[in-house]
Amino acid sequence: MTEFLTAAVGFILAMLALGLVSILRAPGDTDRMMAAQLIGTGGIAALLLLGTVTEVPAAVDVALTLALLATFASIAFVKKGLSSLEADGTGSTEGQ
Amino acid sequence: MSLARDIITIVAVSAGAFFFLAGTVGLLRFPDTLTRLHALTKADNLGLGLVVLGLLPQAGSLRDGLKLVSIWVLGLLAGATVSQLIARTARQGEAAK
Repeated sequence: MTEFLTAAVGFILAMLALGLVSILRAPGDTDRMMAAQLIGTGGIAALLLLGTVTEVPAAVDVALTLALLATFASIAFVKKGLSSLEADGTGSTEGQ
Repeated sequence: MSLARDIITIVAVSAGAFFFLAGTVGLLRFPDTLTRLHALTKADNLGLGLVVLGLLPQAGSLRDGLKLVSIWVLGLLAGATVSQLIARTARQGEAAK
């Protein structure tokens, strides 16, 4: 069972590496943020699996923290995008 | 009993890993932002959910199992909220262009 779960960790980490490629190739900021979100989720899954394989219960707490941080990263991105859009909107109406 | 647990773990974790593969490939291959978001949420919700489901039989105690499930629930709530917010940003970005 340990071997199988370790292989699953390796597979999910390989998927995370592919996610990094999609950050590199993504056409826009939104797509990069989505790839970061996927890496967050994959990191949670890998940590949960590792915590079970190595019987380190603290890894589950780290996964919980990562879940919170990934969410706040995306919310911060959306807040930044909204404020810059609002700034663009007022600028263009004043220009007209 | 132990064999049944191991089989559940192997099946569920394999399915979860498959959804992570599908999510990553979708993120790389799908043509526009909203379809990529669709691929991403599958990996978020189902991939993580199936991995957690597979780890439940290996959990040492009821408390550990509940903790795993609560992480998945947090992931679900966060994923649903964030994908709505990102989709709105993407649409406004398209409208602004």
